[in-house]
Amino acid sequence: MPLETVLNVVASGLLAGLVYGLMALGLSVIYGVVRIVNFAHGELMAVAMYAAVIAFAAWGVDPLWMLVPVAAAFFGLGYVLQRGLINPFIERPEHSQFMLLLAVALILVNGLLVAFGPDARNVQVDYALESYEIGPLLVDKVRVICAAVALATCALLFAVFRFTAFGKAIRACADNLLGAQVVGLNVSHLYALTFALGTACVGVAGCLLVLLADVTPNSGPAFTLLAFVIVIIGGLGSMPGALAGGVLIGVSEALAGLLITPSAKSMISFALLIAVLALRPQGLFGRAAR
Amino acid sequence: MSALRDLGAVFTGSPVRCRVALGVLLAVLIALPLVLDRYLLSVMILILYFAYVGQAWNIMMGLCGQLSLGHALYVGLGAYTAAALYQHFGVIPWVGAVAAVGVCVAAASAIGWLAFRFGISGTYFALLTIAFAEFTRIGFDHFGWVGGSGGFFLKVVQSDRMDWVNLRGHPVMFYYLALGLAVLGFVVSAWILRGRAGFYFRAIRDNEDAARAAGVDTFRYKMFAVQVSAALTALAGVFFAFYYNNLFPEQIFNIGRSIEIILAPIIGGIGTLFGPILGAAVLTLLSEGLNEALAAAGREIPGVKQILYGVALGLAIMFMPHGIWPALARRLGFDRRDADAPTARLVPPGGDGPAGAPPAGAAPAGGRVAAPRKAGDG
Repeated sequence: MPLETVLNVVASGLLAGLVYGLMALGLSVIYGVVRIVNFAHGELMAVAMYAAVIAFAAWGVDPLWMLVPVAAAFFGLGYVLQRGLINPFIERPEHSQFMLLLAVALILVNGLLVAFGPDARNVQVDYALESYEIGPLLVDKVRVICAAVALATCALLFAVFRFTAFGKAIRACADNLLGAQVVGLNVSHLYALTFALGTACVGVAGCLLVLLADVTPNSGPAFTLLAFVIVIIGGLGSMPGALAGGVLIGVSEALAGLLITPSAKSMISFALLIAVLALRPQGLFGRAAR
Repeated sequence: MSALRDLGAVFTGSPVRCRVALGVLLAVLIALPLVLDRYLLSVMILILYFAYVGQAWNIMMGLCGQLSLGHALYVGLGAYTAAALYQHFGVIPWVGAVAAVGVCVAAASAIGWLAFRFGISGTYFALLTIAFAEFTRIGFDHFGWVGGSGGFFLKVVQSDRMDWVNLRGHPVMFYYLALGLAVLGFVVSAWILRGRAGFYFRAIRDNEDAARAAGVDTFRYKMFAVQVSAALTALAGVFFAFYYNNLFPEQIFNIGRSIEIILAPIIGGIGTLFGPILGAAVLTLLSEGLNEALAAAGREIPGVKQILYGVALGLAIMFMPHGIWPALARRLGFDRRDADAPTARLVPPGGDGPAGAPPAGAAPAGGRVAAPRKAGDG
């Protein structure tokens, strides 16, 4: 197999991996602060993808323009979801939280099924076939744009957490909940804002991914699993870990599709996951597991 | 001998009305095929099947606190093992079941060893179990010997004869088989719950560090919980294979299947003996009832049923966090027990524990430590 083919596949896997990374970042941020594993994460992603598909089909809006309204809507949705539904479950055992989010996921997936039917939908933008030639590489323009937007969103999120007072307060909640309460932080408000940021990430990721892949109502659970794999590999709760995990999974999926068979690509992801859990359970970037 | 005595002791502590109710329930279940038509029989088989797998899962999660979201792995491995042995070599399912149990215990040991060696627990452990189930699903998609993704089929025999040796024939046979499994799951759970291992399990569930400090070999007992649970689930897989006659990796190993398995015990009451049974009955009847109701209303749009199901699940977990059984048992007086019975309560009232079948007799916090302390002489 020519080296150029392999390089091209790696490049496209890497660019898609950044979008996966953004999706997983949402999950990781939520877990890192609120300590809730969002089992409806992929389903929320599917909802965002459908929003972009419908806007494109109805008014011809480029999914890239849908980023902002979808992110804003998802921010609100995440806030309400956490404040209204999930917050009473914070102290409950894990299986209780799991059941609640599973119920949310079931309703979302089947809501999409009822509303839009089981067929795969996608978006055909007019620049879909354009590409850049960089040395021996031929990179799709869409992938470059998606990866750039994903990176920019991640950078924005990093900046919010690192440099704003609000970000500092959220990190305080994650580091020492009791201490945060003692100094008078409004924890449930901050939790809801964190959840909102996480869902907004997924909203952006959904608008981007719709340019790269088809969506069906059943994509939701598959995305949830993918996000889990990525954050566990990167380290649950670690922000750089989520991005690195996304890139790793993106590249390994692309290579597995090329070298083995496309249907085996998620097997490689799960094999990676098992290897990471066996050798470094806290993830590549995670601090020691509890 | 002592094992038999333990088994007998399982029920001696329960209030009389509880034992009577159990006897009546069993008698009704045995007589039921006389009055049920084929459809209702299939619904009953489904209830008993889910009661059984729920019971098997409950041993691992409800008693020992290890959350598995990948139990479809054991159903699938058990089903494929017995079905492949039957189809390729003519091995009867009863022997195939032994092999299935062996395969599943081996798989469970591998997963448990991998996880518990590093102290992986909680969310991480749950995700590891999902990973193994998904990994195996995709592996079986490419496993030509058992048909790959195209599915694996057992020869269907249409007859009213019941061939108990090869498990071919009339649904009534499968009904009694499922009933037998459900009773087996119940008895094994009850036995474990009241035995030494049950105390260790609950000690590990409630506070693993404390259990270890008190001398419980937590690694060994967590492995034991996972192995027992996997072994029982393997039998459910064998039943599945011979009842449905077709196996698809996409379906049997699907994470949706794993979730189906755990719904009944969670809704019914996690960590209780009757929770899985009650939960299976409630959920199956709800699901079938929704089918009927939607059909009657002429609104059989795919997805509507699942939405209603999701709403029901959400409401159940919101308003009955400990499941249906603990609340019901209190109302029926099944939670009281005779004064001389051993006390096994490990969690404070309102805690997420075996508030149903185990006694509500006043047990001091010391009960939590008393059991593990025995580890030294065991």
